[in-house]
Amino acid sequence: MSPIARSHTMQDDIHLRLRGPGTFPATRWSLIVAARSTHSEERQRALEVLIAAYWKPVYKYIRLRWEKDNEQAKDLTQDFFFQLLEKGFLATYDPQRARLRTFLRVCVDRLVANEDKAARRLKRGGEVQFLPLDFESAEGELRSAEIPSPERMDDFFEREWVRSVFSLSLERLRQECETRGKQTHFRLLEFYDIDEGGKELTYEQVGRQFGLKISDVTNYLAYARREFRRIVLEQLREMTGSEEEFRREARTLLGVDAP
Amino acid sequence: MKWLSDQALDRLRAAAEMPDLNGTGYALLDKLGEGGMGGVFRVQDTTLGRQVALKVIGIIDSNGELSARLLREAKIIARLEHPGIVPVHDVGTLPDGRVFYTMKLVQGQRLDQHAAELGGVPERLRTFQKICEAVSFAHAHDVVHRDLKPQNIMVGRFGEVLVMDWGLAKLLNTRTAMDAENIGTEKAPDEQALGTDTGHGVILGTPGYMAPEQARGEVAAIGPRADVYSLGAVLKFLLDGAGSGPTPKALAAIAGKATAEDAEQRYGSVEELASDVAHYLDGLPVRAYPEGPIRRAWRWVIKNRAWILLIVAYLVMRALFILWR
Repeated sequence: MSPIARSHTMQDDIHLRLRGPGTFPATRWSLIVAARSTHSEERQRALEVLIAAYWKPVYKYIRLRWEKDNEQAKDLTQDFFFQLLEKGFLATYDPQRARLRTFLRVCVDRLVANEDKAARRLKRGGEVQFLPLDFESAEGELRSAEIPSPERMDDFFEREWVRSVFSLSLERLRQECETRGKQTHFRLLEFYDIDEGGKELTYEQVGRQFGLKISDVTNYLAYARREFRRIVLEQLREMTGSEEEFRREARTLLGVDAP
Repeated sequence: MKWLSDQALDRLRAAAEMPDLNGTGYALLDKLGEGGMGGVFRVQDTTLGRQVALKVIGIIDSNGELSARLLREAKIIARLEHPGIVPVHDVGTLPDGRVFYTMKLVQGQRLDQHAAELGGVPERLRTFQKICEAVSFAHAHDVVHRDLKPQNIMVGRFGEVLVMDWGLAKLLNTRTAMDAENIGTEKAPDEQALGTDTGHGVILGTPGYMAPEQARGEVAAIGPRADVYSLGAVLKFLLDGAGSGPTPKALAAIAGKATAEDAEQRYGSVEELASDVAHYLDGLPVRAYPEGPIRRAWRWVIKNRAWILLIVAYLVMRALFILWR
């Protein structure tokens, strides 16, 4: 069994639903455009993609930056995305002025700063359903995380966003590899490029472990890396508002030094 | 979904950047560094059985702009055949469409890392002269580097010096038709952005080593004197690290003239700068540091001290001989 194959939580279901190929047309900035669509279904789907990538960074950021306990942070995270869904926050986003990531973080800060629990609950009412987010896993990750200093909170948010996008991309790669019968390619990527100690082995040793020739090891790895890159960049295309932002965020995500 | 630790994120990021070399005739070994447009990797040329360096563009190249720039850089280097300029071996395309070129694998260190190992002022100046020779050669071929800095200069194990990273190089307008055909119509990134005729463009270069006219984005004003400025800054860097007391006034004056704010006040060419450095090494007066009559007389004495000592010794002997008689 693949090291990451495991029982699906409700959260995974959201991701599977959201991240399947062809969720959005292959137009640029589709998420930003779709989020502003007059069709509520289209808008809803765009925002769900956004939630998939951002809910953990937002939750952890509220926990650490605003020093909220986990119940308050859960409530505020739900509130944040509720307002994003219902209040059309994204309509005010201008890609020329800021990265989407920065815009969202500023929105979170504003929301928490203007916290008014009673009013929020009133606004949300009893009819709106909570998003099925796996806060327990996020809380567990926080326990093993290094707590950043207050002045490093922006970096922390960025790092959590990278983690979220990479995790989603890996999950999609795993699904695609399974569909194409290339599970070994994916397992090899996990073993050699992600797990600790993989790089310490030679291709020959890895090949023996996986029952592959050296040339197959390099070919399989090249395939998995290429596909991973493609998926990450596809996600990024959807989640950025301009070519310039796309390039800058690609640099943040993949260390690509594009001018 | 699998939770990724910080270390796993870094490993995954590094892996995603690794080029897929299938079908190129090269096998990936490891990463050497990051350039202006992408990464540089150590690869094995499987046909010739030797190691070379492979430079490949970053993975973002939506409109082919980076590919064109990398190709342009390779063509510029290819025509600058000089011992001080790293030679290009091959150009190609990876299976994922990224353009790459291979070049000689330089076994050595970047100048900024190597500077501490250099000896005193004379050794540093000799290294500097080699840099000047390579840049001067490029200027003779109508190429201005525009990003000269210690990080873009390699010093080999045997003291050889190689000027690297010609990605921002500017072709001067005096190119021949044949040159234009060889390099293509692709322009440097700032010229692409706004055109040379406007006189202003995108600012490309490195603060501290970039000439003021370059920092102001005055594309049309950038010529060989912009490289003279950068070389002056490199000279200052080398002298600051010499660690043998204050920099001699004449050398400080050379570096100062090279890095003059006004391009017209700088040396007219890299040869002139190199010539002043050579004069200093030979104990001759330098253009950048006019001397008074006393200093000039003293230099004359120093230069002719052997003859002077001989004559003085003769006169003393003669005087003693007269007195003795």
